[in-house]
Amino acid sequence: MASVSIDNPIDETTERRSKPARLAPNYWPFVMPALLVVSAVIVFPWLFTLWMSVNSWTLGQPRTFIGFANYLRLAQDMRFWESLWHTTTYTVLSVVLPLFFGTLAALVFDAKFPLRGFLRGIFVMPMMATPVAVALVWTMMFHPQLGVLNYLLSLVGIGPQEWIYNQTAVIPSLVLVETWQWTPLVMLIVLGGLAAVPREPYESAEIDGATAWQKFRYLTVPMIAPFLMIAVIIRSIDAIKSFDIIYAMTQGGPGTASETINIYLYNTAFAYYDIGYGSAMAVVFFLIIIALSFVLLMVRARANWSDMEER
Amino acid sequence: MTRPLITHRTLDRIGLLFVALVMISPVILFFLWMISLSLKYEIDNGAYPPIIIPENIAWSNYVKVFEENNFLLYFWNSVLVTGTATLLALVIGVPAGFGIARLKAEKSAVVIMIARMTPGLSFLIPLFLLFQWTNLIGTLWPQIIIHLVVTVPIVVWIMIGYFETTPKELEEAASIDGATTWQVFRLVALPIAKPGIVVSFILALIFSWNNFVFGIVLANRETRTLPVAVYNMLSFEQVSWGPLAAAALIVTLPVLLLTMFAQKQIVAGLTAGAVKGG
Repeated sequence: MASVSIDNPIDETTERRSKPARLAPNYWPFVMPALLVVSAVIVFPWLFTLWMSVNSWTLGQPRTFIGFANYLRLAQDMRFWESLWHTTTYTVLSVVLPLFFGTLAALVFDAKFPLRGFLRGIFVMPMMATPVAVALVWTMMFHPQLGVLNYLLSLVGIGPQEWIYNQTAVIPSLVLVETWQWTPLVMLIVLGGLAAVPREPYESAEIDGATAWQKFRYLTVPMIAPFLMIAVIIRSIDAIKSFDIIYAMTQGGPGTASETINIYLYNTAFAYYDIGYGSAMAVVFFLIIIALSFVLLMVRARANWSDMEER
Repeated sequence: MTRPLITHRTLDRIGLLFVALVMISPVILFFLWMISLSLKYEIDNGAYPPIIIPENIAWSNYVKVFEENNFLLYFWNSVLVTGTATLLALVIGVPAGFGIARLKAEKSAVVIMIARMTPGLSFLIPLFLLFQWTNLIGTLWPQIIIHLVVTVPIVVWIMIGYFETTPKELEEAASIDGATTWQVFRLVALPIAKPGIVVSFILALIFSWNNFVFGIVLANRETRTLPVAVYNMLSFEQVSWGPLAAAALIVTLPVLLLTMFAQKQIVAGLTAGAVKGG
């Protein structure tokens, strides 16, 4: 703003004033190094992936241009469609469950009670723990014979489960780990929303004799809705890309029962070294994520808009 | 009238404390069990019903991890990769955050958002090939470079947000007094931004340290980082739970300690980043 007034041509007659104008801050040199790095490690891979996706290329063999053949192959690849289905189930569950528990936890930690800060600190820890280490310990806890989880279930009279070693139980089991690890993030986001909620509406609602549930449903939920939406967006993007936990615990197994797109992509590119096909898969996967984010952002924008209109 | 209210409130608080304890119980169970597994001999780890606190504590599990698995080397690799990638990210990311905030080019941060949406593997395929052609595989450089994919966006993202909130008046005053833009940045903006730098440093450190997917593709026997080393223990050796749990704990302990000591910064950074991320 200041530089605009200094640039005023009338001022340039006096030398003193024109001096700062020559020194009008140039911020580009600050951005350049990052721009270079981002181009090299982020933009270049995008473009290169696009290029490879229209080529047939297995590592160690010559590369040939094949146009959209990789994409056609993908459309007919049953394993890809199955992995898409696994990804969908995994993602939906890994959004809904942390959202539910995270909101619940935020409501609790928003209230005042003894040891709150300390307990919240413990609650946040899973989110920061190294996913592979987390996955390893859960693998041991899931062990059908010696695992502590089956023992705990037996205490309440539930028979032993096969967890990640069973075709149908594997995805819910993995989601359990994902939920355990990422509920804290939802909690933190919602907690931020609750902190911004004003006190007055609750006071008048109390005077009107609203129940706790009514206050939550008609006051809290609408006011923290934007934050819930942010949590949904972030969680969706992270869950759909989830790799570490799935790979470390099951590698997509048993069979291909927990093979998500990301795992199939990894196998294609780095187990079969089918670089061209893997790249096409990466492009499609990327487009799916972008589309998902776009839809979620649209929902968010529309929600804000109608909210504004009501007022 | 006041007295029953107070008891009601105390009851509420005890109730909330109880609910909070129930909620953190899965966290406690997990970490207790992790420690327990890491301190038991095979016999105790294979016992049913499970033993929580063993009679004989197997400290030897930890010794074993370091002696038999080259863990000291892998620890050092992790320190080098994470340390270098994080410092490089600060060196280029903090000025970039400043520049973008002052240019009011926040829209350019869309690149960073899209980068966050991109699956890590789609960076990995092209860069893997590039590293092969340039013969860098076998050194730590491929991992350091690719970890920039993690660290640079975190730093830039947080620093844009931070510099947007720092007052511009001081900077303007300094530049009217004849300071160059670099001097303004170095002597005025940077000192004020210190808390933001700390936050982005910690978060970049944690996410780089925890990264697994880049390592499994780019690391070999000599260049493994800790997460990869732990995973390899699982896949290639006869699975013995004690050392495995000990190794898992060693990998994640630095991060957990950091989380405990810097909780305030981490929470601030994550919620700021998250809220802005929408």
